[in-house]
Amino acid sequence: MSPRATPVTEADAALHAAHLRYVLRLADTSLVLGQRLGEWVGHAPELEEDLGLANLALDLIGQARLLLTYAGELEGRGRDEDALAFLRDAPEFMNLTLAEQPNGDFGQTIVRQWLIDTWQLQVYEGLTASSDARLAAIAGKALKETRYHHRFSCGWLARLGDGTPESRRRVQRALGELWRFTPELFAADEVDEHMSRAGIAPVLGDLARGWSIQVEADLGAATLERPATHPYPWHGKRGVHSEHLGHLLAEMQHLPRTYPGARW
Amino acid sequence: MNNDWPLFEVFIRSRAGLEHKHVGSVHAADARMAIEHARDVYTRRQEGVSIWVVPSAQITASDPGEAEALFEPARDKVYRHPTFYEIPEEVKNL
Repeated sequence: MSPRATPVTEADAALHAAHLRYVLRLADTSLVLGQRLGEWVGHAPELEEDLGLANLALDLIGQARLLLTYAGELEGRGRDEDALAFLRDAPEFMNLTLAEQPNGDFGQTIVRQWLIDTWQLQVYEGLTASSDARLAAIAGKALKETRYHHRFSCGWLARLGDGTPESRRRVQRALGELWRFTPELFAADEVDEHMSRAGIAPVLGDLARGWSIQVEADLGAATLERPATHPYPWHGKRGVHSEHLGHLLAEMQHLPRTYPGARW
Repeated sequence: MNNDWPLFEVFIRSRAGLEHKHVGSVHAADARMAIEHARDVYTRRQEGVSIWVVPSAQITASDPGEAEALFEPARDKVYRHPTFYEIPEEVKNL
């Protein structure tokens, strides 16, 4: 599939639009989560964890850079990674609602990270078989990073869940707070259906099973209980966000918007 | 800084075939976490392909007060250096 192919028919145009939107969703989820993790720098409970969280953030921002650059090419309007990251407003961001949730305490950050890691494991693994070679290559690189992220987050999940009464109470509470955002992870819409029909993305519904098995195993090791699932799917990936994204973007985009074209 | 976490000494192998070298130490709750911390602190710039961590408490060190007794007797035994052998000319790489 040529990324710059000019759509000729209506069906082509719809596929092209879905393709762009799909790549933006992956990119924005990594970017927003990376920005959130960056907020920990200088504040983590240990020097070593400070570096650990920063490393996760850098991996995620690296993924976002590759994906946003690709999205800019697909869009064909001359926007590069920086223009897409810093000059779009909240409704144009397509990240999962879960990614933009505040850091909370360390336990909440770990639960958010773990939920997205387990999701990304499934998605990136599926994408390595994508008919889109560019996306498959990005997913292959990201998958290696994500395997480490998951090792990190599920290790901490077990340590906190099976730790002291206080750590257990906090991490179980975080799980209860964040679990309500998980229906969005595997709720397929017309974009996902376009992508899976074209062989570009795996079928989301199929990934949900693998995710569920992983989640059960990790929760078991952490002696935590899986919360009940709420039906409300949220719509971050359609640009409808919780109140938190605007604040995150205000901080992230402040500099490039105040000083357009500023260089490091 | 949390003083409850024990210290681990970190050894990194920079390339396959080379030995693990001591590079520093990290605090961690257990060995698995120590590996992760060592990875994040000491291999960010591709410094290694393998990591060992050892609880610092498990290392027995020589006593600096005994340094004279331990090390000075070797000082006047220069004949232990392999510099008294004549190398045959045919040997190029030694």
